[in-house]
Amino acid sequence: MRKKMTNRDKTFWAVIIPVLVLFFTFNTLPMIKGIIYSFTNYRGYGTYDYVGFRNYIDLFTDARVGKSYLFTFKYALAGTVLVNVLSLIMALGLNSRIRFKSALRGIYFVPNILGGLVIGYIFSFIFTYILPAVGNTFNISFLQNSILASEKYAWIGVLIVGVWQAVAMNTIIYISGLQTVPQDVYEASVLDGASKWKEFWQVTLPLVVPFVTINLVLSTKNFLMVFDQIMSLTKGGPAQSTESISYLIYRNGMDGGQFGFQSANAVIFFLVIVAISVFQMTVMNKKEEQL
Amino acid sequence: MMKKAQKTNWVLTIVLILGTVTVFFPLYMAFIIAFKQPSEMTNDVAGALSFPVKWSFDNFEQAMEVTDFWHSLGNSLLITLTTIVLAVLIHSIAGYVIGRGMAKKKSFHFIYLYIVSGMFVPFSILMMPLVKQTAQMGLGNRVGVILLYLVFYMPMNVLLYSGYLKNIPVALEEAADIDGASTWKTYWKIVFPMMKPMHATVAILTALGTWNDVMTPLVIMSGTGQNTLPLAQLNFQTQFGTNYNLAFASYILALIPILVFYIICQKQILNGVANGAVKG
Repeated sequence: MRKKMTNRDKTFWAVIIPVLVLFFTFNTLPMIKGIIYSFTNYRGYGTYDYVGFRNYIDLFTDARVGKSYLFTFKYALAGTVLVNVLSLIMALGLNSRIRFKSALRGIYFVPNILGGLVIGYIFSFIFTYILPAVGNTFNISFLQNSILASEKYAWIGVLIVGVWQAVAMNTIIYISGLQTVPQDVYEASVLDGASKWKEFWQVTLPLVVPFVTINLVLSTKNFLMVFDQIMSLTKGGPAQSTESISYLIYRNGMDGGQFGFQSANAVIFFLVIVAISVFQMTVMNKKEEQL
Repeated sequence: MMKKAQKTNWVLTIVLILGTVTVFFPLYMAFIIAFKQPSEMTNDVAGALSFPVKWSFDNFEQAMEVTDFWHSLGNSLLITLTTIVLAVLIHSIAGYVIGRGMAKKKSFHFIYLYIVSGMFVPFSILMMPLVKQTAQMGLGNRVGVILLYLVFYMPMNVLLYSGYLKNIPVALEEAADIDGASTWKTYWKIVFPMMKPMHATVAILTALGTWNDVMTPLVIMSGTGQNTLPLAQLNFQTQFGTNYNLAFASYILALIPILVFYIICQKQILNGVANGAVKG
């Protein structure tokens, strides 16, 4: 026999139902629509037919899509590694016995509060005019031409800007991680005569593994979804060498008449992000348990 | 030994101070270019790094006119502030209901997983259907953008609020219940004020995300002629042409509001970000 709904239950449902309707309407519903569109040849306007799995099959043979995945993965991998190494070093520095601690922490966080688009425009100018000027003055040949104009190296330009902004965020997270390490652990390791190097690998790092997990998942996800920096730095060029998946979906899906095809691309992209996040969390959870 | 532990590491301090150049240099470049005239733009290093001949605000005045600065600023403020207020009100009570409901009912646990898993849905998959859908619903405008932000930030904020709820004892609510207060009243009078630290975190994370976002307003509001501050930089890019001084004056104008906000609330922002990441 079920009890009658209490007033508390009624209030709970009265709150949660509108919230669920809102969430469903603007998150789940468009996602379902996106999945449905991915099985059509819809161009974004006019009529369309269902084409079965053709978009998905075409995805794997489309050179431009393949190139964008290659670029995005290369970028995300390099970015995630660089950012986590740099921000862990920064956090160790900013968490040690230094002066002007809070001012320095404040300054190093600034890149993160500034918008990626405008920062991209500023760096674009530096890459295009300032660095070549430096190259010409001091005769450094690899700086003489803008790296953004080079098919081979443009991605490094995008990477520098991405890392510049992301380090700020991850440093803050690592600092809060380091602060959870109790002081007496360090005192014990000093008494044991452990070197600073050994102390870091054997004492500090294992204790901040949960924060490494957070940072890995966060930065991988953000780097995979790179959009603003591409928009302002390269627009995917030169020769589509820096076209990220998000940018390609936007470009060709919205204006390129590939609504259906890029929907299929977005579905695959979604699955990739979920798979990578789940993978990272399981691996890191195992690491945490081992310790 | 205690005394040694307190000693300042000056070498490291100096290295870290020098390192701030990496932060300041791009901003310094943007700043001086914004004040220069096109004729002062030279191709040599010394010229590029030097101060402008005259500190004149002409570029800024012109940039304000070209990009319709006050209008874009107004839109950005309107969208961000409305989103923050609604997020704190709606997401907090949703987090509360889900957090408390989860402890007793399977259905609420399911709702929790359903909403939080939204965190992994990239905007790319929603973008194209959302553009059609908001247009059909008459929401291809600022209201639509605010509604979308409320949905996009719901997973993270519900996670944060329902996590924070574990610190608030249920006994308080039970006592209020015995006194005859309704759940609704108990929430706003007792629980909501107690979640204040989490409100700050949620407000800051939501604000930073929405203020700098380009993609949502770009695809949703493109037909309206309305701009947010970042969107204006994108849309007027062609009008700046090769007049970099004008463009940079505009970039500086776009960066100033958030920089001022950061300088004023620096401590809260850093705490909020750290809090959010650790709890999330």
